[in-house]
Amino acid sequence: MNLLEFQNVSFSYAENQILRDVSLSVRRGQLVAIMGGSGSGKTTLLKLIGGQLQAQQGAVWLDGQDVGQLNEHDLYQMRRKLGMLFQFGALFTDLSVFDNVAFPLRERTQLPESMIKDLVLMKLEAVGLRGAAQQMPHELSGGMARRVALARAIALDPAVMLYDEPFTGLDPISLATVGKLIRELNDALGTASIVVTHDVAESLAIVDYVYFLADGCVVAEGTPAEVKASTHPFVQQFINARPDGPLPFHKPAAPYAEQLGLS
Amino acid sequence: MLFNFFSRLGAPLTNVLIKLGFACRFLIAIVRHSGSCLLRPQLTMREIWFAGVLSVLIISVSGLFVGMVLALQGYDTLQRFGASSSLGILVALSLVRELGPVVAALLFASRAGSAITAEIGLMKTTEQLSAMEMMAVNPIARVVAPRFWGGVISMPLLAAIFSAMGIFGGYLVGVHLLGLDDGSFWSQMQGAVDFRLDVMNGIIKSVFFGFAVSLIAVFEGYDAPPTAEGVSRATTRTVVTSSLVILALDFILTAFMFRGV
Repeated sequence: MNLLEFQNVSFSYAENQILRDVSLSVRRGQLVAIMGGSGSGKTTLLKLIGGQLQAQQGAVWLDGQDVGQLNEHDLYQMRRKLGMLFQFGALFTDLSVFDNVAFPLRERTQLPESMIKDLVLMKLEAVGLRGAAQQMPHELSGGMARRVALARAIALDPAVMLYDEPFTGLDPISLATVGKLIRELNDALGTASIVVTHDVAESLAIVDYVYFLADGCVVAEGTPAEVKASTHPFVQQFINARPDGPLPFHKPAAPYAEQLGLS
Repeated sequence: MLFNFFSRLGAPLTNVLIKLGFACRFLIAIVRHSGSCLLRPQLTMREIWFAGVLSVLIISVSGLFVGMVLALQGYDTLQRFGASSSLGILVALSLVRELGPVVAALLFASRAGSAITAEIGLMKTTEQLSAMEMMAVNPIARVVAPRFWGGVISMPLLAAIFSAMGIFGGYLVGVHLLGLDDGSFWSQMQGAVDFRLDVMNGIIKSVFFGFAVSLIAVFEGYDAPPTAEGVSRATTRTVVTSSLVILALDFILTAFMFRGV
């Protein structure tokens, strides 16, 4: 059963079309990657799932609910099923690591403080940072901050996990650790997970299915083995990191010589 | 050409009206989500500490100096008319009616208002507010409303401290430096200052100022573009707009309160 589904979704900022007729689905327990270049509409897709943006055409279904049709109260109720790891963690800078992870538990449950303490320590243990519980966010490295944010995102065992560029800016060790954690947490919690990324090697190693976005459209999809074998020019360019292909390196502009005054 | 002229003239006005509309909707949202402040008073208490208690030093020192200067200037003028014994009345009325609420509000906007805007603006820039939304925690209820009410509650208390310190400063200069009679200074003040007309109206003014400054500060922070420049401009706008609104409100309130007195 699909826990998350996009049905012919289109979205634009003013006249700038970001997503065109996008359809995709994620099952419970499935880990899906959305890949594409910068500006291809990946983060917009996550905001549509969270209801921070609304599709102008089509529908986003989350656990049987049309996200775009929910009122404010129902939207906040729906978000209780979501966990999201932001690109740079988005940790609360005035709270310690412990209090950051405890935040959703304190805000959304009536659990006694003793139980919250146990749950926080369990989540921090899962990301290997129980020893950093009393540190402040500014004392953490980028990789550690991402892992704390991951512990916070899974604090309430969400049904759907969203990861916005989880591998950006990480050193190789942190990158492998975060990738492994995403896979293990997905399997342990049985969530439907979406990883928005342009890190090909790490993503193809951990995900079950991949969608490629270009110019706001799904141009290719398949399992990691299928996309590696794909002859689609966009997929080939993307996974082989070729500068030439359907995805241009240069943004369209006036002739170079003309702008330099040489003609 | 004429059309262009009117169009250029109208565009800033339209922008101001749009922003005012957003600010009104924002205020309604704050009021709607203020229940959390009642259910969890510790959130508001924390903001009273940051906006109010941490402003006490600058408010006290400023009040003391303003009162001392007021006494020096007032004594010089009153002496010419042989009314130097009325110095206590001059200092107290000036502070309680006008300078206490107005100067304390200007200082509050500069110190606490700018800090509130910068904090909320940076939370937006670093996606902390988005993270809260995605955790099903409403940032208006959790972040904005406690800061707003913390400011509204702090402002009259700070204005009262400013006035009290100012009167003490006036006493130090008038009695100990200029040699006025101690008893005359206090008794004339007590006799001339009316609690309802002077003290209460001063308090009412400071509540209005606290409401305006707090709303401007949280709105500018929440509305700031999520960039370093955006937060910087929003912080500046908080101080400038708050200062102008305080002075304009002061005129309007004074016109209503002391008309024909």
